[in-house]
Amino acid sequence: MKAGFTRFARNRMALFGAAVLLCLLLLVLFTPVIYPDNPFKLAGPALQPPGGRFLLGTDTLGRDIAAEIAYGARTSLIIGVGATFVAIVLGAVAGGVAGYYRGATETVLMRITEFFQTIPAFIFALLIVAILSPSVSSEIIAIAAVSWPSIARLVRGEFVSLGGREFVQASASLGASDARIIFHHMLPNCASSIIAVGSLLIGTAILLEAGLAFLGLGDPNVMSWGLIISAGRAVLRSAWWICTFPGIAILLTVLGINLVGDGLNEALNPRLRER
Amino acid sequence: MRLARYIGYRLVTALPVIFGIIVLNFLLIHLAPGDAASVLAGESGAATPEYMEELRHKFGLDQSLGMQFLTYVSNMAHFNLGYSYRNDADVSGLILERLGPTSLLMLTAFGTALALGIILGLLAATGRNSWRDNIISVISLVAYATPGFWLGLMMIVIFSIGLGWLPTSGFDTVGSGHQGWAEVWDIGRHLVMPAVSLALFYLALYARLMRASILEQTGMDYVTTARAKGQTERRIITGHVLRNALLPVVTLAGVQAGNLIGGSIVVETVFGWPGIGTLAFNALQSRDLNLLLAIFFISACLVVIINLAVDVIYVLLDPRMEI
Repeated sequence: MKAGFTRFARNRMALFGAAVLLCLLLLVLFTPVIYPDNPFKLAGPALQPPGGRFLLGTDTLGRDIAAEIAYGARTSLIIGVGATFVAIVLGAVAGGVAGYYRGATETVLMRITEFFQTIPAFIFALLIVAILSPSVSSEIIAIAAVSWPSIARLVRGEFVSLGGREFVQASASLGASDARIIFHHMLPNCASSIIAVGSLLIGTAILLEAGLAFLGLGDPNVMSWGLIISAGRAVLRSAWWICTFPGIAILLTVLGINLVGDGLNEALNPRLRER
Repeated sequence: MRLARYIGYRLVTALPVIFGIIVLNFLLIHLAPGDAASVLAGESGAATPEYMEELRHKFGLDQSLGMQFLTYVSNMAHFNLGYSYRNDADVSGLILERLGPTSLLMLTAFGTALALGIILGLLAATGRNSWRDNIISVISLVAYATPGFWLGLMMIVIFSIGLGWLPTSGFDTVGSGHQGWAEVWDIGRHLVMPAVSLALFYLALYARLMRASILEQTGMDYVTTARAKGQTERRIITGHVLRNALLPVVTLAGVQAGNLIGGSIVVETVFGWPGIGTLAFNALQSRDLNLLLAIFFISACLVVIINLAVDVIYVLLDPRMEI
């Protein structure tokens, strides 16, 4: 793992991604200090172009777009990280049980996993949010529901290859319970692969969230990047800046996450290293 | 003959997936808060009491849960997808008439993404670590992080509002009365921006995968053998590596089919493209859940068919495949 981080640090693209993410984290942390007001509050005249009193301009109602983007960053990160966390837990349990017990359990669980990988993910997520009614938690549930299969397949594969190893057989012969073997011995050994794949899932989750919010399925009481874009669409002709800046924020964030994820993949997954 | 039997076999194995979607839809209806009939009729309460009664009867909502499930399965199996009160039309008819524009958009985007992705991946891999490789890598990294709907909006700002080259929305110019090639040209001009918005993400994905796949293949023994026989690098790539490297790309392309349908919802919404995506967006706005569920069902069926087609292509590409 330590050697992995040295390799990561030598990857210039990954370091660039890490720098972008660091800026984003600082923005999220200091948002309440820079913009103490509620982002939904009217700050000035409507449709001010960027560059004046408002760095990124104002929207149709006179809200400060820079403040909206800062608060939107928090929403994106909460939903991206939250949904990925839930997906990892779900995927690790399904994949772990399948890879540990093998046999019929494995067949059934993997069939279910494949099923969820086949169905149109975005429409499924859309349906879940529409049915649970739009909120941050239903967005997290919906995104997790379409993201867990890749983790399940990964963990299953790792478990199958770990199953025959001596340290697993040794602890089994010492009388360790299944749960102890799974959680204490096998899962920690997959940690690096899960981190690498999971980090890339956060980027996909943020893109999914933006799409959902753009279609009007975001939490109406929480500022988000997709929401700003969908509200600015109507005045695209006269006020290009409303849609432009939140999109750049999404792009930079997802780019940063993907670069870091690629770096982690190369550093932590020995099989991919030689590419 | 063997291929026909294989297709038949794959069709049978696809049935559980279709059945799974029906079960999932049934669960979703009952997951929603409130009476299933009001869920199906749409939240805003525009449905008349008579229609609600009809819904209850049709879905057997006055019966036990087991009976309800059987009624639902039988309705779905007969493609009896219900009636959209909002649109005042039969759901299957609504979806069917919008299948054309969506297929046109998806096939154009998919074909462009696959063809350009393969070419760019090939160019990147053969010039590994050169400026060509670096430029293609940076472009695909950025494309991979760009939301399709935002890209669409930015293209409208530049190419429609700024330069006035392309129309902002729609399928064709309303009331222009174009015929023949003029009509094709007109639709093509409307198609460019939606297709690019939808394709770019997948283009990046296929280019990345193609590059990795070629690099993996060039390390294989058969490449060394070909080189030892004195074949040119060009011949090694076109004659040997390319076919093998294409296999994982084709596999992924099949897996991605479902996501392409999802992506077309946002892109169609941006461009007012009169396909299933816009229908889904309108259903969402009016909370016409039954219509949304039907779109989900039909899209899943489409994905199953596309996957089947990909499997058949796979067999044709790779003679080693046992069928």
